[in-house]
Amino acid sequence: MTEIDSVNAGSAPSGPRGAGPLRCDIGKRLVSRSSDFTLRLAFEIWPGFTIVFGGSGAGKTTLLDCIAGIMTPDEGAIDIGTRFLFHSDRKINLPIRDRRCGYVFQSLALFPHLTVQQNVSYGLAHLTTEERSRRTAAILEAFRIAPLARRRARDISGGESQRVALARTLVTDPELLLLDEPLAALDRPTKAQILDDLREWNRTHGIPVLYVTHSREEVFALGERVIVLDAGRIVAEGTPHEVLSAPQMETVAQLAGFENIFDAVVDAVRPERGTMTCQIAGEAGGILLETPLVRGGVGASLRVGIRAGDILLATTPPTGLSARNIIPGRIQSMEQHDVMVSAQVKSRVVMEVHLTLAARDSLELAPGKEVWLVIKTHSCHLMQRP
Amino acid sequence: MAIDWQTFRLTLLLAFTVSLILLALGLPIAYWIALSRWRWKFLVEACVALPIVLPPTVLGFYVLVALGPQSPLGRWWISLTGHTLAFTFTGLVVGSILYSLPFAVQPFAAAFSAVDRKLIAASATLGASPFRTFRTITVPLSAAGIVTGIALSFAHTMGEFGVVLMVGGNIPGITRTISIDIYDRVQSSDYAGANQTALILLLICFALLALVYGLNRRAALMESWK
Repeated sequence: MTEIDSVNAGSAPSGPRGAGPLRCDIGKRLVSRSSDFTLRLAFEIWPGFTIVFGGSGAGKTTLLDCIAGIMTPDEGAIDIGTRFLFHSDRKINLPIRDRRCGYVFQSLALFPHLTVQQNVSYGLAHLTTEERSRRTAAILEAFRIAPLARRRARDISGGESQRVALARTLVTDPELLLLDEPLAALDRPTKAQILDDLREWNRTHGIPVLYVTHSREEVFALGERVIVLDAGRIVAEGTPHEVLSAPQMETVAQLAGFENIFDAVVDAVRPERGTMTCQIAGEAGGILLETPLVRGGVGASLRVGIRAGDILLATTPPTGLSARNIIPGRIQSMEQHDVMVSAQVKSRVVMEVHLTLAARDSLELAPGKEVWLVIKTHSCHLMQRP
Repeated sequence: MAIDWQTFRLTLLLAFTVSLILLALGLPIAYWIALSRWRWKFLVEACVALPIVLPPTVLGFYVLVALGPQSPLGRWWISLTGHTLAFTFTGLVVGSILYSLPFAVQPFAAAFSAVDRKLIAASATLGASPFRTFRTITVPLSAAGIVTGIALSFAHTMGEFGVVLMVGGNIPGITRTISIDIYDRVQSSDYAGANQTALILLLICFALLALVYGLNRRAALMESWK
């Protein structure tokens, strides 16, 4: 696993507390009347943040529940460093309370009838009263929730609850941290601040953190490494850039936000230029796109993904551009989402294009208007066809 | 004929004893019912609910047989204490516990089921033992249901008739409860005495239930104000 080593070499914390890597190789089948889901995966993660990325139903929470001991895998093994949490062959299945896995649930699961202080000190029952209040006070301070100490957990706001939930888990000094979309409900500035606090905390603790999210933003903000789950399996792993900017699989591409995905056949290759031409199926013979060169010769079947935000629109035939793909079309419909405009442009295929409000207004774009789509070669991402 | 305060003392003692034992017995049964995934659990639930639909005389008859010298349980008790359980205060307690069991267990179990499982899991990930989780998370969050269960079993025991008559008979100071006293008075045409006794029983039961519902309402209001 040389890739993992290199990814983490720069970020491995120097603190002495690092508990060692988390190794997980498990299978779990969940059968209900309406579904039959199988989680089957193996990975190894080192201290630092690892993002578990995937759509709903990909198995993210099931994975965390198996590691924490809330669910028992059917087979396999889970260990941290040299300590087995679960081993089906050796009949090891540590109870939840002995696993030393910090787990922040999506619902946070604060104890509503207890105060913030009682919540945070809940996991410190084994310490002396003195040590317990010292540690509690320190973490309340670090997470900026000291003024809330005497309030009941049911009485505080969403952002405050998220800080309390993190503090309650971190104060116990876990050997592994599981975070299930803990920041999903927060506005951006609050989220950024909590992420900073989290990162700061792990700089001194240096434990593996599995962070579940389906937000691209959080992936790039936090992740040194990403594992992409789909239907209970790992479909991609690597750095956020590798996985999300140049996805190899269509499932990943959809997660990574490619609004435009087309079937394509390689029409010509130009190795000397590092490009090739792909024929995209569509009306009247479809269109030809210049794309980066990938393996696979003329006639190979591929898929092309283009982000809606990477496509430019022009109202006159553009000239003097470096972009190699200029395709005439007509605006079919436009929709405003918040401060962004999404336009469906019909040429021989239909493409989704994202624009700013200012661009729409200054170009007087409206349904029916004739436009030219401008797409750079390197905005065309090639993927394997399943 | 004056009110027989002895029957009141006896009935209250019986209700207290039964509620206390049902608290100790009902909490674990209810906790098991709320959390167990055993496939035959519904059979246990049906058994617990049985006294609600069974005529008290039927239940009382079986308890009487079970406590008598013909049954292994009865013989065991006789060998232990030298006398039969039937027609004693202890026998009355045993019958009443069975009779009031669903009135304690069902509110307890409903309250336990309503506690978010994630809270229980969170408590475990924070290193708490199952007993500590039960004590510090499950029970406090189920307080309203537990109070309701105790009050219902108390009131239900106060007013029972059929089981008491079958198991306890009518021995003053030992097994004669208020409801049997009232029945006796009506049988002997002492309507004034029956009326007074019945009124006091009615007031006690009403006061008790009003207290419970009032407390639950206050607790609910406190929650919503916060």
